[in-house]
Amino acid sequence: MSDDIKYLPGHEPHPRETRRIFRNIYRVGYDTSIKCFIKDGGYETLKKALTMEPAEVIAEVKKSGLRGRGGAGFPTGVKWTFIPRGNTKPVYLVCNCDESEPGTFKDRYIVHQDPHQLIEGMIIACYAVQAHFAVIYMREEFPEAANIMKKALAEAEKKGFLGKDILGSGFDLKIILHRGAGAYICGEETGLINSIEGLRPYPRIKPPFFPAAIGLYGCPTIVNNVESLCQVRQVLMRGGEAYAAEGAQRSPGTRIIGVSGDVKRPGVYEIISGSLTYGEMLNEVCGGPRRGRTFKAIIPGGASAKVMRCDEVLKGRNPDGSVRKMSIFDVPMDLDSIAQHGSMSGSGGVIVMDDSRSMPKVLNNLNRFFAWESCGQCSPCREGNPWMLKLSTRICEGKGSPEDVDLLKSVADNICGRTVCAFGEACSWPTQAFTTKFREEFLALTKPINALKPHSAEAAEARKFLTRDDEA
Amino acid sequence: MSEPTNAIDAITTPIPSPGEQHFPKFEVTPKLVKEAQELVDQYPEGKEQSAVLPIIHLVQERFGYVCPEAMPWIAEMCKSTPIHVAGIVTFYPGIHRSCPGKYHFRVCRGIACALSDGEALVPYICEKIGVDPAALTDEEPMGVSPDGLFSVEAVECLANCGFGPNMLVNDTLYSQVTPKIVDKVIADLKKQK
Repeated sequence: MSDDIKYLPGHEPHPRETRRIFRNIYRVGYDTSIKCFIKDGGYETLKKALTMEPAEVIAEVKKSGLRGRGGAGFPTGVKWTFIPRGNTKPVYLVCNCDESEPGTFKDRYIVHQDPHQLIEGMIIACYAVQAHFAVIYMREEFPEAANIMKKALAEAEKKGFLGKDILGSGFDLKIILHRGAGAYICGEETGLINSIEGLRPYPRIKPPFFPAAIGLYGCPTIVNNVESLCQVRQVLMRGGEAYAAEGAQRSPGTRIIGVSGDVKRPGVYEIISGSLTYGEMLNEVCGGPRRGRTFKAIIPGGASAKVMRCDEVLKGRNPDGSVRKMSIFDVPMDLDSIAQHGSMSGSGGVIVMDDSRSMPKVLNNLNRFFAWESCGQCSPCREGNPWMLKLSTRICEGKGSPEDVDLLKSVADNICGRTVCAFGEACSWPTQAFTTKFREEFLALTKPINALKPHSAEAAEARKFLTRDDEA
Repeated sequence: MSEPTNAIDAITTPIPSPGEQHFPKFEVTPKLVKEAQELVDQYPEGKEQSAVLPIIHLVQERFGYVCPEAMPWIAEMCKSTPIHVAGIVTFYPGIHRSCPGKYHFRVCRGIACALSDGEALVPYICEKIGVDPAALTDEEPMGVSPDGLFSVEAVECLANCGFGPNMLVNDTLYSQVTPKIVDKVIADLKKQK
């Protein structure tokens, strides 16, 4: 492959970036047609994969140590082996393109500008797990991408990369596009499966049966993120061992990081996993804070990750085992490092806030998101989220009492772990982290309230139900 | 119109909107049936119900919204029941039960867009197109201008967080939107009619 790729002005990669998945994003003279993709060496990896046995492909992906990029970071190859042995039902593969975590905006570039890369990755993955029917679940907010993808699928079918007997290998595959309708919960894999089945997208209870055993239409189903499937193509292209040798030991390969919020140059950057620290990323690649500002807080992995204070002292370990003091800026950007400090690197969406931001306001925005997006299946989440929203709004409006801050956290504590899906954790982690780490900011907005005196018009109105006639 | 007495009546009662004048009225034509059947045929045999969301999208694209009369037809096409279709229609925020304007503005209010002053956009657009911002609630998130040309709705993350505030006008995404850009978009669309 040639290195003289030119990018559109303003979209050149930073020297510290390594573009693999994003190789063709904003590339001069590159379009979404299959012609362009094949000219660039596309579908060659598929030809290679089809000469291998499906089990060999799985072994290669397992060897690479590739971990899912949707947020949970589960090893992709291991997931594929969860299909029960001796399975006689059809196997399905679903590509999760319901990118709806606030702060995450990596998949949009792939489906808008390089759709064939995803299709090739999907065909390889389908071949590995022997799925003959696959679905791209695309969120409704990508109407342009849906058209691009439909066109790309038709082109691929015309060229014989999809349909019956792909490239003479005897392997059949049909990929369809299924559009969502603006619900965050469809990003949860079992909710997504229910949505494809035409049901309300309520997540299913996960242990004991994972989708890989009982999924779409009750059959084994593999759900992978867009970036993960593109990475599968990279693994086959480079070979499992070569892929595993690069980047952080436990999460090899490249990662796409989307930086948003208060930095000079927000955007998406593809880096070798763990090759940069948060400090290098934000100060060097993203140009640092806006003029006259300093960083205050970082949400390292999409809206549901726990917020990190920039002046927080973290304990790191030296190679010889001794403890050293460090800050969030010294933590490398791989999948695990940040998890040791109580947050998660999730889907790679980094949201940065500078010292001009009011943390209760930020939390209030997040709470509104979660209150709006709760699917309503489990009562702790359905009732708890609007309650948290009410509390944080009350605090932001200056009508809260100091006890409200503890109440807010206690509501979050009581949602966490008591729901069917991970949404319960996703919605309570921000509240828990914000109220603990920025407690003083919340308290500063409150004032002690005499419980006997009505503090709002509503409370005054309610008093008439409390007063007994015989009191006077 | 009298108040609906129960939840089922509430779903089957039409919600009038000035946007309707810009879209054709729901009507089952052989062409529509053929297109819907194609969508149903995408899915494995016996799994017709999967097509409920694609057919809803088809109806919404053609007629602007999913009217109560469309639900039994959708149910028939995907071998489901009208109440099941109603359950789907009422679940998703992306499916309209009343007609949006000819040009539907969806403004992101996610965290990253809010950090770049996106929250001021909805009131601004409301003022521009003649909608009362106070009328937008969680139950009725969409406001349609009196002439039915424009409608506005605050939505959650549009997944372009680095370049907020973002706004989706029908199928076109505008990023780093300022009041000036809103003015220009509205003026251009008015010229197009």
